[in-house]
Amino acid sequence: MAKKDSHYISAKDMRAIAKENRRITRAFEKKKARKNIPESEYLSEMKDENNIVEFDDLKTYFYTDVGTVKAVDGVTFSVPQGTVVGVVGESGCGKSVTSLSLMQLVQGPSGQISGGEIRFKASDGKTYNIAQMPTNVMNRLRGKEIAMIFQEPMTSLNPIFKIGQQLDEVVLLHEAGATAERAKARSIEMLGLVGISDPERIYGQYPHELSGGMRQRVMIAMALSCEPRLIVADEPTTALDVTIQAQILDLFRNIREKINGSIMLITHDLGVIAEMADYVVVMYAGRVIEQGTAEEIFKNPMHPYTVGLQKSKPVVNQKVDRLYSIPGSVPNPVDMPTYCYFRDRCERACEACAGEYPEMYQVSPTHKVACHLWDSKKKEGNE
Amino acid sequence: MLKYIIKRLMLSVLILFGVSLIIYVLVRIQPGENFVRSKYAMQLAQDNTGEIEKQVQAMEATYGLDVTPIAGYWRWLGNVLQGDWGNSFIFSVDSGKKELYYTYTDAGGQTQTVQYYDESEVPEGATTFEKPIATSSVIYIIYSKSGISFLISLIATIFEFLIAIPLGVISATKQYGVLDYTVTVIAMMGISLPTFFLGALMLKFFSIELGWFPYAGLTDPNSGLPTFVDNLWHLVLPLTTLVILSIGGLMRYTRTNMLEVLNADYIRTARAKGLSEHAVIYKHAFRNSLIPIVTMLAGILPSLFGGAMITETVFSIDGIGKAAYKAVTQRDIPFIMAYNMFLSALTVIGTLCSDLMYAVVDPRVKIGD
Repeated sequence: MAKKDSHYISAKDMRAIAKENRRITRAFEKKKARKNIPESEYLSEMKDENNIVEFDDLKTYFYTDVGTVKAVDGVTFSVPQGTVVGVVGESGCGKSVTSLSLMQLVQGPSGQISGGEIRFKASDGKTYNIAQMPTNVMNRLRGKEIAMIFQEPMTSLNPIFKIGQQLDEVVLLHEAGATAERAKARSIEMLGLVGISDPERIYGQYPHELSGGMRQRVMIAMALSCEPRLIVADEPTTALDVTIQAQILDLFRNIREKINGSIMLITHDLGVIAEMADYVVVMYAGRVIEQGTAEEIFKNPMHPYTVGLQKSKPVVNQKVDRLYSIPGSVPNPVDMPTYCYFRDRCERACEACAGEYPEMYQVSPTHKVACHLWDSKKKEGNE
Repeated sequence: MLKYIIKRLMLSVLILFGVSLIIYVLVRIQPGENFVRSKYAMQLAQDNTGEIEKQVQAMEATYGLDVTPIAGYWRWLGNVLQGDWGNSFIFSVDSGKKELYYTYTDAGGQTQTVQYYDESEVPEGATTFEKPIATSSVIYIIYSKSGISFLISLIATIFEFLIAIPLGVISATKQYGVLDYTVTVIAMMGISLPTFFLGALMLKFFSIELGWFPYAGLTDPNSGLPTFVDNLWHLVLPLTTLVILSIGGLMRYTRTNMLEVLNADYIRTARAKGLSEHAVIYKHAFRNSLIPIVTMLAGILPSLFGGAMITETVFSIDGIGKAAYKAVTQRDIPFIMAYNMFLSALTVIGTLCSDLMYAVVDPRVKIGD
């Protein structure tokens, strides 16, 4: 009986998979741990000099005992200089893994960047391919060039160190010749910048003495303290209540004006995206299905999934009996179909959808969508 | 803080009362004959006249075994509250004090022995000698026997921590690596082996077959080594046994804590800051993983002073553990009581210490009144 279930896996198969996985992940880990490797191995060229980050066919896989989970499978998009790029999608679509890949923080050894490039233009003018970088070199970028703000402010600060110590650490680590006084002055300045009214006092407090909103401000201060070129915010407001969410978003808007950097904002909240983002990337099951400017995505969503996402967002002053939800669920990540991953849930699935996974169709200079509907429409238009 | 400590100490008086009552009753209702009857079992069996029975009953009264366990407990408690912990039924040790005697030949040519207390009492030409005084006071016995046990436990504990914690950290950072598996397998073997078995194996191989180490006691007059070196020489096998058996648990405990901490969000934050892996593990993770290990303090204190019952017995080391083992098998009630109260008091103090230590290592914990 159980054998008919496609999710069923025998102990023997599992052992074989585990053995194979160990071989693969060990090779990856070894590669990352190498020292003194020539720079040429991880230097690259940007395709567009205006971009600060280019994800090019990024593949991040998790080698689990039940099979390889392709959490991110061929993601391509870029973050232009000085913009806010919103990455949106439901839970488990790979948006967090994309951002963690950018930081090389995917939980090893099972999670590995298995292919593609992440090109990052650092302040020294060089373009690094983060997917190939060894960890010790990556440490120079983390915190200094790319800073990350996490989803859970309650647990993201080390409980046994004072706020001050944790902030100073970043400055002391990345600024050449920084002294303890210099670091402290900088930390207090940053705490003030993120709207903490009594920075000196907070500087000497422990994380547990602060509220969630305050801790998230501290996290943001920490991210800002080395003036990074890119801030990756992974659902920065998800764990906060609505009023604090609004304050934190305000803070992001202020910061955006103050710093000369880009923000990659990951969220499942379309409202946040609509408010903040210049460009939007919609992800589904580890792939980008639609991308474009915020206006294009919100005014003219093309992929049925994007349309569904927007329909499932509650709207003020609009009476509905039941909030719309996209039917069905995401396919099993271990065993993805060859056709469009959204087909089984799609209201507008057509014959072409049973075929290969759709490629990205360019609908405007900035707007791209991966859906057969738009392929056929284009064909019709040509005829 | 002081208020908290006083409150805890007052509470511990209650705990000690409960513990002592339970232990006393348990020892008294232990199945089988009591100390006096098991000692006179042969005579009692051949007793036709009933005289021995009378003697035994008289003896039971002297040892305080003639009343019910509860009544016996109150009597014991009364004595303890007056500072009298009683005398051991089976042990007596050199108290360190001496009785002084001199002998002289009297007018009749008889040799007389007289005890004296002061030099001035000794007549001209008399020869003096001294006799050591033995004592059975349980307090003194515990005091005299716990020194060596403390030394053994202290060395073993230091080695245990020095070996187990780094191994735990390493095997957590290299989870599922060759080293992790090796360490884990060895640790599991250590946890699984019973003390008496490993001890016996050690004796069999290293002292009987190979003859590298002595097999019993603490000193060997024929070794020709200085006393201290000789003692250490004798302690190698018991210490190795203790360390092998104890590192497994602590190592697994450290590994589990470390793994949990390494998966915490703040470790990801630390990595995101650009800290090196070394700084992440030894600065951010290690201190956090120490917090649960502080709980172990509660158990270390009694184990330091309480001796290793089975190891000491296997290796014939005259420490408190071996004494306790003998006392239990022979039902030496005053000793069992005093020993267990000693351990209970240490446990209570150890728990208090570990609670206070929590406040030191974890800023989230505040000791309130």
